Amino acid sequence: AKPVSENQKNQRIEKMLIANRGEIACRIMRTAKKLGIQTVAVYSDADKQSLHVKSADEAVRIGPAPARLSYLNASSIIEAAAKTGAQAIHPGYGFLSESAEFAQLCEDKGFTFIGPPASAIRDMGDKSASKRIMGAAGVPLVPGYHGEGQDIDLMKAEADKIGYPVLIKPTHGGGGKGMKIVQKPSEFVDLFLGAQREAAAAFGVNTILLEKYITRPRHIEVQIFGDKQGDIIYLYERDCSVQRRHQKIIEEAPAPNISSELRSHLGQAAVAAAKAVNYHNAGTVEFIFDTLSGEFYFMEMNTRLQVEHPVTEMIVGQDLVEWQLRVANGEPLPISQSQVPLSGHAFEARIYAESVSKGFLPASGVLHHYHPTQLSSAVRVETGVEQGDVVSMHYDPMIAKLVVWGEDRAAALIKMKDSLSKFQVAGLPTNIDFLLKLANHGAFRNSEVETHFIEHHKDDLFYDSSDPTLVQKAYDAAKHAASIVAACLCEKEHAALKECNPGGLSLWYAHPPFRVHKYSTRTMEFEWNDGSPKPVKIFITYLPDGTYVIETGESNPPRLEITVAHLSNLDFRVEVGGLSMNVNLAVYSKDQTEHIHIWHHSNHHQFTRKMGFEVSDDDETHSKPVRESASHPPGTAVAPMAGLVTKLMVKNGERVEEGQSVLALEAMKMEHVVKAPASGCVSGLQVTPGQQVFDGNVLFSIEEK
Amino acid sequence: SIQWMNNLPMAASTLNRSVFLGVEPDNLDRSSETFASNSELMGDLISQLQSHINKVMEGGGAEAVKRNRSRNKLLPRERIDRLIDPASSFLELSQLAGHELYEEPLPSGGIVTGIGPVHGKLCMFVANDPTVKGGTYYPITVKKHLRAQEIAAQCKLPCIYLVDSGGAFLPKQAEVFPDKENFGRIFYNQALMSAEGIPQIALVLGSCTAGGAYIPAMADESVMVKGNGTIFLAGPPLVKAATGEEVSAEDLGDEVHALAIGRNIIKNLHMAGNLTVSQNRSTEYKEPLYDVKELRSIAPVDLKQSFDIRSVIARIVDGSEFDEFKKLYGPTLVTGFARIYGQPVGIIGNNGILFNESALKGAHFIELCTQRNIPLIFLQNITGFMVGSKSEANGIAKSGAKMVMAVSCAKVPKITVVVGGSFGAGNYAMCGRAYSPNFMFFWPNARISVMGGAQAAGVLAQIEKANKKKSGVQWTKEEEERFKAEVTKAYEREGSAYYSTARLWDDGIIDPADTRKVLGLCISASLNRGPENTKYGVFRM
Repeated sequence: AKPVSENQKNQRIEKMLIANRGEIACRIMRTAKKLGIQTVAVYSDADKQSLHVKSADEAVRIGPAPARLSYLNASSIIEAAAKTGAQAIHPGYGFLSESAEFAQLCEDKGFTFIGPPASAIRDMGDKSASKRIMGAAGVPLVPGYHGEGQDIDLMKAEADKIGYPVLIKPTHGGGGKGMKIVQKPSEFVDLFLGAQREAAAAFGVNTILLEKYITRPRHIEVQIFGDKQGDIIYLYERDCSVQRRHQKIIEEAPAPNISSELRSHLGQAAVAAAKAVNYHNAGTVEFIFDTLSGEFYFMEMNTRLQVEHPVTEMIVGQDLVEWQLRVANGEPLPISQSQVPLSGHAFEARIYAESVSKGFLPASGVLHHYHPTQLSSAVRVETGVEQGDVVSMHYDPMIAKLVVWGEDRAAALIKMKDSLSKFQVAGLPTNIDFLLKLANHGAFRNSEVETHFIEHHKDDLFYDSSDPTLVQKAYDAAKHAASIVAACLCEKEHAALKECNPGGLSLWYAHPPFRVHKYSTRTMEFEWNDGSPKPVKIFITYLPDGTYVIETGESNPPRLEITVAHLSNLDFRVEVGGLSMNVNLAVYSKDQTEHIHIWHHSNHHQFTRKMGFEVSDDDETHSKPVRESASHPPGTAVAPMAGLVTKLMVKNGERVEEGQSVLALEAMKMEHVVKAPASGCVSGLQVTPGQQVFDGNVLFSIEEK
Repeated sequence: SIQWMNNLPMAASTLNRSVFLGVEPDNLDRSSETFASNSELMGDLISQLQSHINKVMEGGGAEAVKRNRSRNKLLPRERIDRLIDPASSFLELSQLAGHELYEEPLPSGGIVTGIGPVHGKLCMFVANDPTVKGGTYYPITVKKHLRAQEIAAQCKLPCIYLVDSGGAFLPKQAEVFPDKENFGRIFYNQALMSAEGIPQIALVLGSCTAGGAYIPAMADESVMVKGNGTIFLAGPPLVKAATGEEVSAEDLGDEVHALAIGRNIIKNLHMAGNLTVSQNRSTEYKEPLYDVKELRSIAPVDLKQSFDIRSVIARIVDGSEFDEFKKLYGPTLVTGFARIYGQPVGIIGNNGILFNESALKGAHFIELCTQRNIPLIFLQNITGFMVGSKSEANGIAKSGAKMVMAVSCAKVPKITVVVGGSFGAGNYAMCGRAYSPNFMFFWPNARISVMGGAQAAGVLAQIEKANKKKSGVQWTKEEEERFKAEVTKAYEREGSAYYSTARLWDDGIIDPADTRKVLGLCISASLNRGPENTKYGVFRM
């Protein structure tokens, strides 16, 4: 493309390319549509049918599935923009959003980059440089010593100056090696010498830095916005303390337990930080907040629109994407600092495809059932997927963001809990039930948020499968849910038979089924998995009035009488024990197994059922169906998640000890090491680095000698 | 009928509405003493029946059932439940076969039979119960097996044999093996049905000894559970030849797998149009206006009491609509047209002794139904044909013969329900067992014998007295009474529904409240074959 003239440059954006995918691409397009701006989507081969592609006026393929060949492929994106005549490029978040080179390239090629100037991205991108700039600008930094002098007395003096507890950290390396927390001055010398030794042994360099150790930190960040005229305002702060794997899962605005004085201090510090790098457009300044001292310190600045921007939008009543476009067009900020409203409270819960019980491992798969919660002016769902879509291993496994607003924090929390309990996803594991547990936790309700929240409350938040009382309680609840499932499935089957009338024999499929001198009975066998699969056998008796008597083969829980009204496809109104309630099911099949989800009250349960031996309709032979190999022989290692094989530590035939690392998988910013399940020789190891494997694939087995 | 009525002048239509629609009026006096006592007595009969049924549902007893489970085998009714379509009905036959027939109990005669749909195709199931005498064949077992085959042949139902039997019960071989209607007939029937294109499927789920081995061998397709399923008579080559499938038996899953293969075999039957005749009836129908449960209060346990058979009809036909044929002629036989679950039927019910006119009307009505291919329902409550000089002079024998001729030759589906007495030649004219109804059921209060016990005692006492007189023996009053009492007692016992059903004189005792449902299923099963032309013999005029 040739350089554009000044005339063209002053032109307002009429067509914009969104260099992103998923919910954020959809979100940006929504505002663009509102403003009459035409949109161009880009997509990789994996996203050809995605919602963001369908939502755009035009869409351009930019490469194969891996992000580095598509969404990170700057030249492809620029080419797409040129081809479609877009004047501007919105990078969203992630991917190229914080690439100074990309921002520069856009400008060089004559496209408006909807974001800050490349220089600001560059300044803030370098963590130590940014801290230097911030220090110079008077933005508070975590007290510490980064000097070259390593004399023990000097270090001790610096530590005393910082104040205890103090963190001793080797300047090189990572992984926590050599890191020590010094609680009081008398411990300093021993721990310092120990850290030096460990650092020397591990990294060959024994230089140490000191930092104030923050015992109960909170993650608080300030949304700032600047225009090209040089005005910068702040739109209050968000608390993003509740994190797992160093990623946020619940954010809220404003941050709870923050005085208005502190709020304006935070805001002013954030504005000062942005001014120091001549910032414009949307940005976020992250602080670490010490709950014990009430002090906050600059961490870093995110030079883009953030995932959790909607909580800010909800409390200030503004559309930040619209602001981005206006500022990019050269307009001044629509309101001044004093005009920024602050109304109510908002939460955002991030719904991820992940396996909570496997340490939040990212999951991938088909969204067989996707019914987000009911929307309203106070409940927003930001999503980039639809039912039937695939959550692929190539990209972030976030399915949706649930954003709720209420008059105050308590009101917003009630809405979040209600919305989460009605957020139905089936087909892949999600963190919804976990989010619900988090939201229901007393400490969360009391705003006792901090970065280690999940770690501190793990006993409450994670199901403890070693506590027999809990296990029995959970099993009983599962059996109750399975009883309702069974009754609903019978009722659904009845409705289906009424429709299809096999062989014209409607009388033979009357409800309830006829038996001579007895009631028709049947059994359904489900499997419920709470870590270890447990069978749930349901005995159903059809009563003449259409009621189902359900027994689970044990005296406890007792027999239930259930009546079911079939509302539509998989929605039912169920009465059990005088209590009437809505019940929703999701049913899909995968690998000869039927997966059944049930939502009732605030409960969600999931069961599997063997499909039996029925040969499917398209199979006309009598051949023996492939029987499910429910478990692999002992010593088999299967992939815990879908991902790419990054490293092989041993070779086929090599002897390993139990627990020894065999290979590494990578998916979504996570490396997972697959270890030998037993001691012996590795066999059947056929994967190679770079190869993609799927959840449950056999990777290798151990042969005992 | 609505359309037809619209063609009538307005006045006529209004005038005749009730007559044309033929809705039976509610004539039941629910506050009467009769109603109350009938309810109570029938209630007792039904609970007695239920306790007998509960007993046979346990099969050969807890110990045998446990042993069966330990072999990873299901019980016969569980097997059938897994074979028929989910949530479909199953019409089990002769549950009380063998009831008090032998010194030892033989629950359900050691074999479970009945009709149910598989992939939308009605099938006859014949399942040995290995918990009852190892599934061996007593004489009544053979009879029940043959009866199931007879129904299957008559209705062209594919047969599924769930084989788990030790073969003939040897101590009774003389009553099991040699005669025409004995063990060998099973295979004969299989051969003939196969020849007629009625599929014969055997699932070998347990031992299959001696004669039993021929069931899979004679079947069109067989499935064997490896391990549990054995064929002793046949060596491996025959096993291989007979079996399309082989399944290994390590756990219950294997038996379930075999049953699933059985379902698939039925699914894949392509019967070239000679079966699965589309059911010629609308799926839209009205339920009767009156509660079917009231049938339990209508039928008298004391058969001397009379009741209007129309009150039974009103509770089994759609909308209680019954268009009577020749209502005022021969009124002791009620004939007319109705629908059951949308299917047109002709109903013949007794309202007293058969007179000349009643018999002639019956013969006429049967001819009408065969002409129009309408299934016939016989509701028996009959003490017999009218006797006496006047009746004989009027030719009751000839009139009765006409009705018997019509009943015998009618090729439409015939279903008989004995709701009261079934005595003498009335049993013949009203399509008793000898007239091959497609199905025949008893109510618990029903009785069957050549005549009533009291009458028989009287007749026999007269003859005995005369004989004694000839040989010069004087019969005291007490002796005569004792004699009469013995005869009456024997008739009492042999005339009961249990005595009948134990010997397979019927296809089961049903709860009066189930009559409509059972009739509906039977008609549906009977219509599995196409219509046939009726050809009558010589009617004596």
